[in-house]
Amino acid sequence: MANSQSTDENKAFGWAANDKSGVLSPFHFSRSRENGDNDVTVKILFCGVCHSDLHTIKNDWGFSHYPIIPGHEIVGIATKVGKNVTKFKEGDRVGVGVIVGSCQSCESCNQDLENYCPQLVYTYNSSSFDGTRNQGGYSDKIVVDQRFVLSFPDGLPSDAGAPLLCAGITVYSPMKYYGMTEEKGKHLGVSGLGGLGHIAVKIGKAFGLKVTVISRSSEKESEAIDRLGADSFLVTTDSQKMKDAIGTMDFVLDTVSAEHSLLPLFSLLKVNGKLVALGLPEKPLELPVFPLVLGRKMVGGSQIGGMKETQEMLDFCAKHNIVADIELIKMSDINSAMDRLAKSDVRYRFVIDVANSFSSA
Amino acid sequence: MGKEAFGLAAKDNSGVLSPFRFSRRETGEKDVRFKVLFCGICHSDLHMIKNEWGISTYPLVPGHEIVGVVTEVGSKVTKFKTGDKVGVGCMVGSCGSCDSCTEGLENYCPKMIQTYSFKYYDDTITYGGYSDNMVCDEGFIIRIPDNLPLDAAAPLLCAGITVYSPLKYHGLDKPGMHIGVVGLGGLGHVAVKFAKAMGLKVTVISTSDSKRDEAINRLGADAFVVSRDQNQIKDAMRTLDGIINTVSATHSLLPLLGLLKPKGKLVMVGAPEKPLELPVMPLVFERKMVMGSMIGGIKETQEMVDMAGKHNITADIELISADYVNTAMERLEKADVRYRFVIDVANTLKPTP
Repeated sequence: MANSQSTDENKAFGWAANDKSGVLSPFHFSRSRENGDNDVTVKILFCGVCHSDLHTIKNDWGFSHYPIIPGHEIVGIATKVGKNVTKFKEGDRVGVGVIVGSCQSCESCNQDLENYCPQLVYTYNSSSFDGTRNQGGYSDKIVVDQRFVLSFPDGLPSDAGAPLLCAGITVYSPMKYYGMTEEKGKHLGVSGLGGLGHIAVKIGKAFGLKVTVISRSSEKESEAIDRLGADSFLVTTDSQKMKDAIGTMDFVLDTVSAEHSLLPLFSLLKVNGKLVALGLPEKPLELPVFPLVLGRKMVGGSQIGGMKETQEMLDFCAKHNIVADIELIKMSDINSAMDRLAKSDVRYRFVIDVANSFSSA
Repeated sequence: MGKEAFGLAAKDNSGVLSPFRFSRRETGEKDVRFKVLFCGICHSDLHMIKNEWGISTYPLVPGHEIVGVVTEVGSKVTKFKTGDKVGVGCMVGSCGSCDSCTEGLENYCPKMIQTYSFKYYDDTITYGGYSDNMVCDEGFIIRIPDNLPLDAAAPLLCAGITVYSPLKYHGLDKPGMHIGVVGLGGLGHVAVKFAKAMGLKVTVISTSDSKRDEAINRLGADAFVVSRDQNQIKDAMRTLDGIINTVSATHSLLPLLGLLKPKGKLVMVGAPEKPLELPVMPLVFERKMVMGSMIGGIKETQEMVDMAGKHNITADIELISADYVNTAMERLEKADVRYRFVIDVANTLKPTP
């Protein structure tokens, strides 16, 4: 392990996975640096449990380096700010999302698209430029460069707002980039009603879109319509309903990361329709080319968003009272929460009540 | 009933073409009738005569890269007159009222009628350009610029528009941009010519080195990458704004996606029958896109042909006589043509006595 100063100041405590069993357990460590001139130290209050956390602790994507403290939907209070920090002061409520560093000089960074920087640094399971390993938000505190800290708007509750830092921006960014928000009344299909999907429904409605939830079973139908505000619900195994829905959607956001067929989703799109893949399946998906050619359709992808648009998203959500539907848990429940998450048994995001789970480190 | 016509038709899915007498409708008030001079052989013709897509109706007269000289116009025709040099591409009708039609994108109309093997409004089956005369609604006739040789211009009506349309629609037409063209055949070679005329830098991507010299020295491509050579692929990673992919065989998309810059666009104009593997990571992590495109609307087909006239863009053709057509089809199956066969219809397609 590279340089990590173990002064009292950067001693920290969290829960980490030590191998690909993915079992999380208490872990004492040191944050890799003291609060520098550009840094903000955040006492963590809440941290959302993202499906990526589960993939990473189990090494599903093959690039996990243990021990790993996951967590990139972090809301807390700034307890220290470096002397160059202008945007935040001690006591501010702040957020930290999926990224904590980038080169800050490439074309992507200069366009406020740090998430596409080739030297991107993730909040956990990655190395900082100084070689130290980053650990995430299932912990009591984190030290982050001010550029990667977000101001948490007054109207947003810390617990239910936390998942916006990954799930929220992951759906908001492509909705803007692929032109879904330019015209009210356009028809958006949201495939998969989980952490990403349920927020996509809320944001889609806030932009004045017609929203149809596309799901494998009718289990979540009344939720989707009565509580989340979706306009309609389409079960992919109902062949008549699927046939009736052919060519009716301008866009489809595909949040599903399990293996699935793209063909039925393409058939739902109108001519010039766009399918945006957000989930990360382990294996490549099958791409039927004929529907793309015959209907000038496209499939694109997206991941999180730049810092500027993440702030814009938080402000938008605060204005429209959009938060995640959460189940608040204690840190000690995290392993059973992960088991339930693997079975999609959560409506729709677990959030760890970090501050109330830990005694002082 | 109708006017006599003579052509070459496939009678069954062996795909063998043989002489065929039939009749075309009389010239209606909105119709343009023309004597066919040349017709290009598109790879789609080969797929259709063998019923590889399952939509063929026999007897099938293929041909949708048709050029000739107007012999008669209907009373309500305003844009063309006898003696005009005209062409017809892949479409002869559409509904005229849907969103696609009103935007000049008849090619995406759900009721679009293809030039051959499709049912027309009068319930007859359409017959294509491997025949002596053609009649078509004025709205689907293309004027061929005077300066373009008709034989070499014929393939523009399908191959030309198929590559031109996505270059424009996806904004891959700005001088200085860098595009890749995968596959150097009928579509690919025309894509290189249009892209160069638009001021783009062009890299041809091919499975073998054999066409490198042609691509660079004759067609004007700036670079050539052999897709099976890891080192060549590596050196070209993240350099392309877009790729026009003309390949319809099964192939790997992963190296092609790697060649794109972030936000780059991979445009599929070839249509592989079986689904391809789509690696999702390049799309998600680099916001890249895969899109499809199919010919183009009539307005943009005319625009494309006019641009070809301005820049002297034509296809590289091998002119053949009508009785060579079955051999040409066999050679086309093996991609043994530089780069399009064109049938010299007027001079060689004669009715059997």
